[in-house]
Amino acid sequence: MISRCEPPPRRCDVAIIGGGPAGLAAATELKNLGIASVVVLEREPQAGGIPRHCGHPPFGMREFKRIYTGPHYARRLVERTLNAAVTLCLDTSVVSIEAGGVLQLTTPMGLHELRATRVIICTGIRETPRAARLVSGQRPLGITTTGALQSMVYLQHKIPFEKPVIVGSELVSFSALLTCKHAKIRPVAMLEQYSRITARWGSQLLPGMLGVPVHLNTRVVEILGQQRVSGVKVCDTKTGKARVLECDGLVFSGQFIAESSLMRSSHLQTDPQTGNPVIDQYGRCSDPEFFATGNMTHPVETAGACWSDGVQTAHHVYASLSGLLGRQDQRLKINVASPHIKYIVPQMLSLPGNHTAQAGMKNISLRFKNPSHGRLSMRSHSGELVTKFIHTLPERRVKLSIPELLTLDPSASLEIQFREK
Amino acid sequence: MSQIDKTQVRESDSSRYDIIIVGAGLVGCAMARQFTLEGAHVLVIEKAADIIDGASKGNSAILHTGFDAPPDSVEQSCITQSYQEFIQIRKKLQLPLLKTGALVLAWSDDEADRLDGILEKAHQNGVDDAKFIGAKAILKKEPQLSDQLKAGIHVPREYVIDPWTTPFVYMLQAIENGARLKRGCEVQSGKFDGQWWKLETSQGTVQGRTVISCAGLFGDLLDQQLIGTSAFHIRPRKGQFLVYDTSAYRLLHSIILPVPNEITKGVVICRTAFGKVIVGPTAEEQESRDDASVDTAELESLREKGESIIPALKFEPVNATYAGIRPATEFKDYCIKHYTDKNYISVGGIRSTGLSAALGIAKRVYADYSASGFNHTPADKIKWPAVGQIAETQIRDWQLQGNEGIVCHCERVTRREIKAALTGKMPAASLNGLKRRTRVTMGRCQGFYCSAQLSVMTEGYFDQSISFQYGGYKDD
Ligand SMILES: Cc1cc2nc3c(=O)[nH]c(=O)nc-3n(C[C@H](O)[C@H](O)[C@H](O)COP(=O)(O)OP(=O)(O)OC[C@H]3O[C@@H](n4cnc5c(N)ncnc54)[C@H](O)[C@@H]3O)c2cc1C
Ligand SMILES: Cc1cc2nc3c(=O)[nH]c(=O)nc-3n(C[C@H](O)[C@H](O)[C@H](O)COP(=O)(O)OP(=O)(O)OC[C@H]3O[C@@H](n4cnc5c(N)ncnc54)[C@H](O)[C@@H]3O)c2cc1C
Repeated sequence: MISRCEPPPRRCDVAIIGGGPAGLAAATELKNLGIASVVVLEREPQAGGIPRHCGHPPFGMREFKRIYTGPHYARRLVERTLNAAVTLCLDTSVVSIEAGGVLQLTTPMGLHELRATRVIICTGIRETPRAARLVSGQRPLGITTTGALQSMVYLQHKIPFEKPVIVGSELVSFSALLTCKHAKIRPVAMLEQYSRITARWGSQLLPGMLGVPVHLNTRVVEILGQQRVSGVKVCDTKTGKARVLECDGLVFSGQFIAESSLMRSSHLQTDPQTGNPVIDQYGRCSDPEFFATGNMTHPVETAGACWSDGVQTAHHVYASLSGLLGRQDQRLKINVASPHIKYIVPQMLSLPGNHTAQAGMKNISLRFKNPSHGRLSMRSHSGELVTKFIHTLPERRVKLSIPELLTLDPSASLEIQFREK
Repeated sequence: MSQIDKTQVRESDSSRYDIIIVGAGLVGCAMARQFTLEGAHVLVIEKAADIIDGASKGNSAILHTGFDAPPDSVEQSCITQSYQEFIQIRKKLQLPLLKTGALVLAWSDDEADRLDGILEKAHQNGVDDAKFIGAKAILKKEPQLSDQLKAGIHVPREYVIDPWTTPFVYMLQAIENGARLKRGCEVQSGKFDGQWWKLETSQGTVQGRTVISCAGLFGDLLDQQLIGTSAFHIRPRKGQFLVYDTSAYRLLHSIILPVPNEITKGVVICRTAFGKVIVGPTAEEQESRDDASVDTAELESLREKGESIIPALKFEPVNATYAGIRPATEFKDYCIKHYTDKNYISVGGIRSTGLSAALGIAKRVYADYSASGFNHTPADKIKWPAVGQIAETQIRDWQLQGNEGIVCHCERVTRREIKAALTGKMPAASLNGLKRRTRVTMGRCQGFYCSAQLSVMTEGYFDQSISFQYGGYKDD
């Protein structure tokens, strides 16, 4: 994998912050569309993003029509990007974003300023660590997230523990299981606080196959141990009964959040509850020279979905450079009128103005905070625009189609409602 | 009893010392600096793998003026003296200072009534610039505060400092000027023969003329072990904190203090030198002297408390949580006692102001020591060490050429900084030690991005390693 650091230029047409699947896809597509200077700024010594440390398949079906492991997939993406003559700057962190497309960077050579006509932000997501979950206990060694575990196992060939407990049952929690299996780590148990496994697929079978018991309705109460983890106190959410599981580590898996701190401390708008970037159906931010794409806009989707996002966003950025996007001055904010909804994306819709405007996303994507069952709808002052019944778990994708925008009044107020059944 | 020999031990003598300091917390570090700069040959013994690992590892990092200390107490005089010295030496030691000022806020009429007494005490303690401030003026200064507040007192010279680099550089200066530090070394027993102390430690016997106990949470136990009595009992009092991410920093400027009660200074909200905001501490009596665990319910109540004072905190993510244990005693004041017949000085019960008072405590103890007849000749030239800069007010390594790239992205810690902290005169000996020298893994992701790299970089440096080797893995 290439690890040379190209020095960043002073100016470019499009700067892309983050060299994961979304950023690399957007960069390659923009070059193919004929944009002259496209620069990817990646803070790690290697591009490729999260897949670099997902040592298991399946990656690449959508992009390459083949199944790869994560690291192999990441290498293919980088090859493609370099073949398209994208400027790839590694070991390059963006430290602040300013109006006018100005980016402050730091590299091993020190500080640097870059000015871009358009900027795409795709800095990805990460898991919620123990601290932000306010879990009780001391701070022994052996507490990780899936991401940290995978990087240790697949990138550095090291293990932080031998018999951990895995907290969570999202798709990524099963990646944690696979990573453990790979490194001959034997998880003691997998914990899920609700009554059903969160992940959608056949992965329900996986823990059984690997001989790892799954405890449903079980919540972490306290981490035990001073130097290293010696156990975890858990509680049955139904009976309130507590017990101790002996283990030497914990993996806090999932509960993804956007890695959007750059945006939070900039002039760009983020959702105050989740930190997700506020965008319109083109991925355009509150400052129309900036776009956001990839998983940071919708924690969490697969690499393939983020790659598609990147490609789509490249087309929107291209159109924006030629003035063909819907009107940035006529944007309707979509309000959310339900405490059960964790987030929606996009959070605003730009009205097309005329028929020649480029089409954007077709759906509004939502996530719920808790298991939910009921009727979801989008309304304007003149009545219901779209509606559907849903039955969902937290962290699962829910979609609602975006209504025909040409019919919307610029003064309409849009609201998403959810009525529990 | 024989006449005690008070001649100076030569520095080249590595088996005998003028002074043995037990404990390298805030107080031990400042003590080592003071005695070394006065010319004494000093050995510091610390049982933990690294320094600042007891009471001193978790505090609010406020440089107190002493405005609310009991007037004429030892504590108050140490704080006052320490404050002046800190301001004098901090530039030479490249120590940061956040000139925040503090607001003591009353949230009820009852509390507002007590402001008078607080102001009077402040003036009595020589903090003349403390003043009343009305609700309107407070909100103008700090627009994010809840408008439920009644009134307050402005204390302009209460500041925030760097809680780790400060003691670290005190100890480093002592070492660079000739002091020795043994870490991972526990004092188990000792005998005074009328001339010399012989201390039995987990790393063998050491000899010194005078022993200074700066054992913090274990001060009473060490006194018992060495001189068979102690003038105080430690009553550990835990304090938990929440750390909010960088984006919360803009929400306030001043240190927000409550009207204190008899037991505690109460929950504080302030900026940190590392660009964050903290809310805490709680005040929980406990038996354990080393269990600094956090607790979900307490943390949630801190969250609520914080949001009731600054409502916008509701939308700020919490990065980290931590707890510290105060070495409180049955007394309100510090317990500093010189047993002149035993060449033993016990510095105990430095409860909740040790960061502010450490330099003053060390000066006071030295004055007392030399008054008992010991004298040293200070070196002609004092060395002032250079340390890595980890506070946000300083120029950080990531801004400089040749930094070798960032490893910890959240806190922007470079590869060069980590290498430097693992080597040098007082290398980090544990992950916690490395954190306190560099801030590595202490940000919002808590090691999600960097712990793998870190586990490789630190291989072989720590007793307790972050990870282990396993069979091996081949991609594809
Ligand atoms: C632990 C974990 C396991 C996962 N496992 C799978 C899986 O098995 N299969 C799957 O399909 N998906 C998985 N995912 C989802 C993953 O998010 C997507 O696969 C995909 O990586 C998202 O692509 P992205 O480009 O949006 O973000 P990322 O891949 O996260 O890329 C973001 C990039 O931005 C860089 N960056 C961030 N901030 C800056 C900055 N300030 N300056 C410069 N660069 C910056 C980062 O270094 C990173 O390279 C997993 C996610 C996690 C966290
Ligand atoms: C929650 C909280 C908030 C605070 N906020 C502030 C603040 O804002 N401003 C301020 O000025 N102060 C504050 N403080 C107070 C300050 O942190 C303490 O006063 C200070 O840390 C006490 O330091 P110490 O050196 O006495 O004790 P310690 O740090 O406990 O040091 C004693 C050392 O002795 C070692 N030791 C013990 N026994 C032995 C043995 N037998 N052999 C070898 N070594 C031994 C221990 O390992 C330890 O490292 C706060 C404290 C807490 C807990």
